[in-house]
Amino acid sequence: MYEKDGEKYFVVDGHGHFWDASPENWVEGQEQYGKGWIECFYGYHQLGPEEYYWPMEKFQKYSEETMMKDIFEDGHVDKMIFQPTYLKSWYKEGFNTIEQNADLAEKYPDKFILNGRFDPRDGDEGLRELERQHERYGIKGVKCYTAEWHNGSKGWTLKDPEAKRYLEKCEELGVNNIHVHKGPTIWPLNKDAFDVKDVDDAATMFPNLNFIVEHVGLPRIEDFCFMATQEPNVYAGLSVVTGALMHSRPRFFAKVIGELLFWVGEDKMLFSSDYAIWEPKWQVEMFVDWDYPEGHEFDDFPRLSTEGKKKILGLNAARLYDIEVPAELRLPEAATDLQSVEPTVS
Amino acid sequence: MTSRAEVLGALSGVRDPELDEPITDLDFVSELEVENGTASVRLRLPTYFCAPNFAYLMVADAKAAALSVPGIESANVVLDDHYASGEINGGVNDEHGFDGAFAGETEGPDLEELRTIFRRKSFVSRQEQLCRELLAEGHTPSDLAGMTLSDVPASDSLQKYLERRAELGLDTSEDAPLVVDPDGKRVPEEAVIQHLRFARTVRVSIEGNAELCRSLLATRYGIPEREETTA
Repeated sequence: MYEKDGEKYFVVDGHGHFWDASPENWVEGQEQYGKGWIECFYGYHQLGPEEYYWPMEKFQKYSEETMMKDIFEDGHVDKMIFQPTYLKSWYKEGFNTIEQNADLAEKYPDKFILNGRFDPRDGDEGLRELERQHERYGIKGVKCYTAEWHNGSKGWTLKDPEAKRYLEKCEELGVNNIHVHKGPTIWPLNKDAFDVKDVDDAATMFPNLNFIVEHVGLPRIEDFCFMATQEPNVYAGLSVVTGALMHSRPRFFAKVIGELLFWVGEDKMLFSSDYAIWEPKWQVEMFVDWDYPEGHEFDDFPRLSTEGKKKILGLNAARLYDIEVPAELRLPEAATDLQSVEPTVS
Repeated sequence: MTSRAEVLGALSGVRDPELDEPITDLDFVSELEVENGTASVRLRLPTYFCAPNFAYLMVADAKAAALSVPGIESANVVLDDHYASGEINGGVNDEHGFDGAFAGETEGPDLEELRTIFRRKSFVSRQEQLCRELLAEGHTPSDLAGMTLSDVPASDSLQKYLERRAELGLDTSEDAPLVVDPDGKRVPEEAVIQHLRFARTVRVSIEGNAELCRSLLATRYGIPEREETTA
């Protein structure tokens, strides 16, 4: 919970990790990728405020104590949605598996919501694994990283026929929240790996599932916006948007938020720190204080009220994940009747 | 004898297809040497995992640009610090093409389709920038719908718009309508406002990606940061 100027904000961090990218965990012969991946993250890390920089060694592998303090003690977060990213081609024990996350989630059950994952290239075995994750951990969501390398394949899309089987399984199990994270590779490699058209198709085919597009489709914000405005079950995950832009590129951040408010609307945007790339503390504080910068170029974007910030920081995610919000942190009754809210633009 | 400046001039005609900016402005050219008719170029990108298809296009285009300079007989372009440097450099300099460089990982005709998608986006974005300036000068959206290219006063934005328009093979003659879609079809008066609203989002996305990539490159290579552009 974060309190500022008499207003109280319930904070759900929609996207966080507990990873091990230390050299001991790099796969032999693939070290350059394990190293390259975490260095790439470290580049993003340095787009946050300097006082929050970590040394590389800590960034590669951090302790449970560090994480609990950064997120729940200092970071104002009430609940974090724990997202796995496997990358087992590069990291021996995985970069961040559901088992690693579960160690913490089971120790602090009131703090974390544990998400699973699937990769359609795992075939029947992967379907059974998805069932296991649901049975063992009671997952309500999964993260799909489409650029994951796997036995010589450099990625997949939600359009793949195999992916459909997995989404059917999610629907059957009640794993309703599908977090989609696009990356730079895909099959076939000569197409645009960041294209979100596959999410559009899947969202139409599975109207009972929610599709949360992480980092709002960056670098394809425009395609994401045009798609999300038409699909009632597509949401904007703000991971990377706040972390990489709010501090280092404030004017561009304002334009992106303006575009998202216009096309997607404040009821379908979800705050995420993307820990440990960035800590939630400064992101929550800066977002609560945020308003458009000076300049007429922002005049015709929708405004963002305190109520809108409360939705984005936590209430929207609470709705998707059935999180109980303390009465004093809810919005007045009329405003929380979100089912009746139409998208801002038709 | 061909000078370094001439080759650099040619390289400034190579754009990052996603960011719609010259690779020279983006600071992607880290080294350039010209000696005895041979150009040696080194390129660098904001991250180790930048999308390999766009990286390939820039390396291939840089090689073609260097070779287009009179007096340059051979050009060697090397992409550094990228996960697929080996495949890309080999593919371009040995002329295997993208399909050859990433055998078994591609489908359909090489990268032209991808290039066209981004040329269309660039076109839309540059058109919006130009129209935004015209609106700020007092024109109305319905004025824009009726204007032809000859009605637009010369400017840097017009120049860039015409270049993007020509790349798509669209009519750039004086009496051609100003506001057309990426297929060259005139946008009717009642649709101009909405057309430009979509176009603005495309421009915000492209410009924003360029900002983000500049930041990441600066962080990666310790380059002093520029001020944020505020267009």
